[in-house]
Amino acid sequence: MEALFGQLFAGLSLGSVLLLAALGLALTFGQMGVINMAHGEFMMAGAYTAYVVQGAVSDAGVSLLLSIPLGFLVGGVLGLVLEMTLIRRMYHRPLDTLLVTWGVALILQQVARDIFGAPNVDVKAPSWLSGSVDLGVAQVPASRLFILVLAVVAVGGLSLVLARTALGRRVRGVVQNRDLAETVGISTRATDKLTFFIGSGLAGVAGVALTLLGSTGPTLGTNYIVDAFLVVVAGGIGQIKGTVIAAFGLGLLQATFEYSTTASLAKVAVFVVIVVFLQIRPQGIFSIRTRSLA
Amino acid sequence: MRRTQRRLLGVTALLSVAVLTAACGSRTGDTASGGGGASCVDTSGDSVKIGFLNSLSGTMAISEKTVNDSLNLAAEEINAAGGVDGKKLSIVTEDGASEPTVFAEKANKLISADCVAAVFGGWTSSSRKAMLPVFEGANGLLFYPVQYEGLESSPNIFYTGATTNQQIVPALDYLKEKGVTSLFLVGSDYVFPRTANKIINAYAAANGIEVKGEEYAPLGHTDFATIVNKVKGAGAAAVFNTLNGDSNVAFFKEYKNAGLTAEAMPVVSVSIAEEEVSGVGVDNLAGQLTAWNYYQTVDSPTNKKFVEAFKAKYGADRVTSDPMEAAYTSLYLWKSMVEKAKSFTPDDIKKAAGGTSYDAPEGTVTVNGDNHHIAKTALIGKVGADGLIHTEWSSGQPIEPDPFLKGYPWASGLAG
Repeated sequence: MEALFGQLFAGLSLGSVLLLAALGLALTFGQMGVINMAHGEFMMAGAYTAYVVQGAVSDAGVSLLLSIPLGFLVGGVLGLVLEMTLIRRMYHRPLDTLLVTWGVALILQQVARDIFGAPNVDVKAPSWLSGSVDLGVAQVPASRLFILVLAVVAVGGLSLVLARTALGRRVRGVVQNRDLAETVGISTRATDKLTFFIGSGLAGVAGVALTLLGSTGPTLGTNYIVDAFLVVVAGGIGQIKGTVIAAFGLGLLQATFEYSTTASLAKVAVFVVIVVFLQIRPQGIFSIRTRSLA
Repeated sequence: MRRTQRRLLGVTALLSVAVLTAACGSRTGDTASGGGGASCVDTSGDSVKIGFLNSLSGTMAISEKTVNDSLNLAAEEINAAGGVDGKKLSIVTEDGASEPTVFAEKANKLISADCVAAVFGGWTSSSRKAMLPVFEGANGLLFYPVQYEGLESSPNIFYTGATTNQQIVPALDYLKEKGVTSLFLVGSDYVFPRTANKIINAYAAANGIEVKGEEYAPLGHTDFATIVNKVKGAGAAAVFNTLNGDSNVAFFKEYKNAGLTAEAMPVVSVSIAEEEVSGVGVDNLAGQLTAWNYYQTVDSPTNKKFVEAFKAKYGADRVTSDPMEAAYTSLYLWKSMVEKAKSFTPDDIKKAAGGTSYDAPEGTVTVNGDNHHIAKTALIGKVGADGLIHTEWSSGQPIEPDPFLKGYPWASGLAG
């Protein structure tokens, strides 16, 4: 029983990691249609932010809490710069965007290597996040519980922004019908920039969270980028709730397969499930119905 | 909308295929020039060319750059002391770019176009296997400095890292001596861990050790919650870890967070050296065990000199590790071979190689003339709070290399 609940939690936890990695992408790729291969490198930048902050603030707990907003800012600013210099020139050329951002990703990796050195660096977890928490039915690692909560908070925050604020209304308006949004006086350029800032910022937050689980090195982002795209595609483009369901679904699926078979086989099985699913439902779990002609 | 999605999905699938093929791609070099013609090495002047072939770019650069550093240090020292047989070493550096085919191509260039007397380098087994036909075809010499999975012996390669009976078998002997009766095996999914675990299983079966589980993670795997859950559930006395690269970080963080400790269930690792400790985090590794043949803390006069010289050249914050020391040693061994053979010709060196010994930082090492590996002392180390690894147990004397494990009855049938 303990193993079952432990495994259930492992799946939820993997789902929350995937969700954090994919959430920003759901915004930039899902809402705006930009294939940003450098999204993973924004996560890497967030992770190194946590490392730098820890160098300045010795208390691991304070530095982690400080790193989350700072990681958001670093990721967001990088995204904003990328959007303003390159991406805005190619909004209707998705394959060119893919190649260009892939190049940017490689450049960012090399920059990280030049600044921080090629070997991984160590970001210490605060003492209240090392060890495990007894949930009654299972012992779960505290750091994973923290990430789960962080993912839920991030999704809640993003949904609130999209549903309730003027900015959210503008974003949804632009996604649903760009031309009409422009005619009613919404500055689509400004909206694009802000959306990209938030999406990239969320990548930075994901990077900070990942320092608790894995390695902090120049290639951190490449480990997650394919999975993140898978989550967004499977979830359905243009909908946050699709991303949430897809992330947890894939997390649980991966954990279940991995427990009953092996890690390599589970990876294959998950890919197969996604491919089959998309054959049946190419639009993903949810899709937006719009009257635009795009 | 629908068409874009399909295209995007295709791109995602393509990318993952690319990642997969990159992970397992190891084509054997097809660039080997036939015929073992006379070497074109020029020894008429007062210098002789040698080649350093390491990955200075790509995923392996992180590790291979350190080997390149220690090779350059050794060459500098040798030149400062008068060179090899009175000739100064002139170094040709090539980048293997983490790509086995590039290794084969560059090895060919070093032998046939640059006419180097010997090549030093290579790290992954796939790079070595790609270079092997090149060196055998052109009758060149390769000095390979990394521990590997054994089951190979080429007349044109000298293996200065450990083979399995100098690293994995002693580690198992140590665990057995400590009364460990059950093991859990965790490794990355490629040739070295799979071969290593075959050997461990055979050893365990013959020595009454129960293997409670065997798990492989794809290279670059970052989520170890499930594997650690399985380890926790199996309740083995110790874990044998053959994970490679970044996966170690995720594994040890998960291991610690799951409440598993070095005291209750120690992990023996064969791919974590000084260079990796800081990246995994000393907090997550302290107290865990490693199996190698050299640590920076080894107490020998040659090592003191080596560590001091290395730090002076590359910075006080740098550390020295087993593969770096094996590379450093390989250049000095080649020097001894040349001076013993009084020739730079590969055939003369091969004849003179057997019995050549060098007082290396790790202790005295001796070349085995039959299988071209070297006798090395096995050391089990414990990661200390200072981030260095301290010797916990030593085999006491150098272990003769036995790449095909012929001297171990339980291993019959492994060599195939």
